[in-house]
Amino acid sequence: MHELSIVSSVVDVVIESLAAYPGARVKEVRLRVGLLASVVEDSLQFCYGIATEGTALDGSKLVVKVLPVVMRCESCAADVEIASLQSFRCPRCDAPVSDLRQGREMEIESIEIDEAEETVKQ
Amino acid sequence: MTTRIVELRQGILKKNDELARELRGRFVGAGVLVLNLVSSPGTGKTAFLERTLRELREGGARVAALVGDLETDNDARRLAASGAPVRQINTHGICHLEAEMVGKHLEGWELGALDFLFIENVGNLVCPSSYDLGEKIRVALLSVTEGEDKPLKYPTLFNSADAAVITKMDIAEAVGFDREAALKNLRAIRPGIRVFETSAKSGSGMAEWLEYLKEQRAGKTAS
Repeated sequence: MHELSIVSSVVDVVIESLAAYPGARVKEVRLRVGLLASVVEDSLQFCYGIATEGTALDGSKLVVKVLPVVMRCESCAADVEIASLQSFRCPRCDAPVSDLRQGREMEIESIEIDEAEETVKQ
Repeated sequence: MTTRIVELRQGILKKNDELARELRGRFVGAGVLVLNLVSSPGTGKTAFLERTLRELREGGARVAALVGDLETDNDARRLAASGAPVRQINTHGICHLEAEMVGKHLEGWELGALDFLFIENVGNLVCPSSYDLGEKIRVALLSVTEGEDKPLKYPTLFNSADAAVITKMDIAEAVGFDREAALKNLRAIRPGIRVFETSAKSGSGMAEWLEYLKEQRAGKTAS
């Protein structure tokens, strides 16, 4: 259960980025999380309310986009999507694949904010 | 009020990743091979590491260890018996080690005077996989009592490992360990992974493991 630390990092990064928008309130935070990143969306959502309380993110929505695992298949000379985390084999030719191209991401893609009036006027 | 979408495209664990990168640079510069040992609680990481430290020291290598635990310094005291410098990292409830904790506990150590540094992570097969500690090699350990399907249950961790160590091989037969199944499952999750079948008690498999460590370190220094 490290989702609370993850969510706390999200809050820190978002608050840091709000420096350019004084007084802004966050409405939505969008994450991109790979299937191999070992985070569970339900736990993220559960921790999000706690971690955002009393911050500029209070009341905002957390949207998590899950990215599939993509590996390089040398025999097909292609990047292939792995359907199951139980077997790291190419779905086309069944060769074992070990070169990860996507799936461990843990990123804040974007945030949606309401800017404060003063900022807008400037 | 104006609504605006701000693109951030930033890693959530950016702070940890940056610190880990810094650490990796220091480790490479100092010529010390750093390994991050990860497993469930009770796999025998400490016993395995005790034996590894002792045998490496007997072979003349300069070794040190950092050991993570929620509470207590029991493991550090056990490991220190090998004569190697050992420091305990108490995470006080945090289920994994982070790069910052590693950096802080290295203070005062001369990295250039070390050949190998082992970081024993908190016993946990989920959370440590997200946190880069600046290590060169991540080792996932699995004991013969845990069930051959552990890699299938924790693919996120086993897929991120560079090497796997099966521990407690001395009791494999007594507990009906299915070696073929374990190897098959490890390779299903991490094709091509190096697997060491060891017993810290009898010492079986240790020679091959130590050989691997030396090869890795030599490769590293040359690069």
